[in-house]
Amino acid sequence: MADINWGVLFPLILYFIGVFMIGIYSMKYVSKASHKNGEGFLAEYMTGGRELGGFVLAMTLVTTYLSAGSFIGGPGTAYTHGLAWVFLAMSQMPTGYFTLSVLGKKFAIIARKINAVTITDFIRARYKNDTLVVLCSLSIVAFFIAAMGAQWIGAARLLQGAVGIPYRTALTFFAITVLIYTTIGGFRAVALTDTLQGVIMTIGAIALVFGTIVAGGGVSNIIQGMYQINPGLITPYGIDEGFATMSWVTSFWILVGFAVVGLPSVSVRAMAYKDSKSLHQGIIYGTAVSMLLVIGMHLTGAFGIVVVPGIASGDLVIPTIATSLFPAWIAGLILAAPLAAVMSTVDSQLLIVVGAIVNDISVNYVNPKLKNNSKIMARISFTSTIIVGVIIFLISLNPPPLMVWLNLYANAGLISTFLWPIILGLYWKRANTPGAFAGIITGVGTYLIFSKIWVRPFGTHTIVLPLLLSLIAFVIVSMNTEKPSDQIIETFWGI
Amino acid sequence: MENVKEATQTFIEDPRFKQCNKEALMGMGLGILNLVWWFAFGYGMGSKPPEEYTYIMGLPMWFFMSCVVGGLLFTILAIIMVTKFFKNMPLERMTAEEAKNYEMEVN
Repeated sequence: MADINWGVLFPLILYFIGVFMIGIYSMKYVSKASHKNGEGFLAEYMTGGRELGGFVLAMTLVTTYLSAGSFIGGPGTAYTHGLAWVFLAMSQMPTGYFTLSVLGKKFAIIARKINAVTITDFIRARYKNDTLVVLCSLSIVAFFIAAMGAQWIGAARLLQGAVGIPYRTALTFFAITVLIYTTIGGFRAVALTDTLQGVIMTIGAIALVFGTIVAGGGVSNIIQGMYQINPGLITPYGIDEGFATMSWVTSFWILVGFAVVGLPSVSVRAMAYKDSKSLHQGIIYGTAVSMLLVIGMHLTGAFGIVVVPGIASGDLVIPTIATSLFPAWIAGLILAAPLAAVMSTVDSQLLIVVGAIVNDISVNYVNPKLKNNSKIMARISFTSTIIVGVIIFLISLNPPPLMVWLNLYANAGLISTFLWPIILGLYWKRANTPGAFAGIITGVGTYLIFSKIWVRPFGTHTIVLPLLLSLIAFVIVSMNTEKPSDQIIETFWGI
Repeated sequence: MENVKEATQTFIEDPRFKQCNKEALMGMGLGILNLVWWFAFGYGMGSKPPEEYTYIMGLPMWFFMSCVVGGLLFTILAIIMVTKFFKNMPLERMTAEEAKNYEMEVN
């Protein structure tokens, strides 16, 4: 334990204390809601009582969809492939305004009408089919637990690398923090810690990119240095022929730009804001922050090859730059940023899984009367958050092959399950249950098959064609089966 | 699709949805324009051999236009879209009377 870097650890500890304080602050709201009668508890625990303001909405949305990928993996790949990967990453910039304006106020209005606190609530009210609801809930539980396992492993490795504490200690430290503030504070704690984390991420990204530019002797110097190393580093095609091709890179706009609307952890945020003004501000802040974060982090990675050459693993680029360019205590603050990125993603996912277990399955199928008993709901929610957390912890200690496999398909699987049922259910009156089934089965099925035998259909990312096929199947089957009942249409389109 | 609409029109349609649909289309349109800008400058100027690149502020022109200018421009366009074209509205359930009043206010 002698090689612990206290200079880096100290600001990290301060940061963790800040996160705990937010959890304790939010606990007041949760405990108030759990003592009232009626459905108040779940609305507070799952959507923060629909009280998000514009800035918090933007921060919690952006930090949820920008995961460790954008802070560790992405800059690492930019280190190897140069500006091409920064260019590719820019496809994440529109996600903020796109998600919020496409789901828009209509989604928020309908969520209030039908009292939805999870995406599955929306699916249940729109399609009224138990099998579909159970299918959606199970896919949330399986995919998100796997995705969280992978993120926890990443966070623990990062702590291990930056601070020098053993992997198990790092994992325990991280798990306990996330679990405590999520369990006691619910959605409000998650959204507020996301905001703190978003601010730290933004400051960290700006500090990193400027530090790197100064250390490299200016942008011009660095770009010419990259050109000397390999001319491919400053082209949109990267250094390997046939890797960053035009159609493949462009298709990332579908995967990480537009289709993110279908991720339940992202879309649930579109039902939690307070009023239309919050939405408007959320779009503005969200767009600006995601642009700064995406460009800042990835440029740092790309410039890194000149400033700190010869790093063996891309994942170490950001930690290396932070510790070699900055004094330890600033490095600690900067390294809090990727850790924050992981935390802000997993806390939301954790809550979505708990929502699926408590709200979507227990309340609806085990005992519907429970929903009105806030005290019992609170107890069930707390217990399941902790149980899910412990499961993820055990998985992260020793990842089983099933987790690795599920994580590989997590985002694509969730997007192909939820994207069209949400969008078509919201905007197309004719969308019906058989259509939703056809869309989900076609989407998930063809994705699984293509990822084995046809990884880049017509040069695009594997997800693109399955999403298109899923849409076609959804529309054709809907058109040829009975239209949804008048009652559903009236609930969704009437006043 | 039209006749489906006719047949189910036995209730008062939520008067806010017209504007909501418009806003959703605008957001989608902005996303597509963003993609076109990014693609046109990125591949339009970046596809020639790197020896022939021109530079601005040290960055290759294709990258500067596609990512830096594109990023700033579309942030500004998003701000314009929201402040000029998006409308404030209540998000709670409306009574028939409120819906009527809202409709009169909008038109």
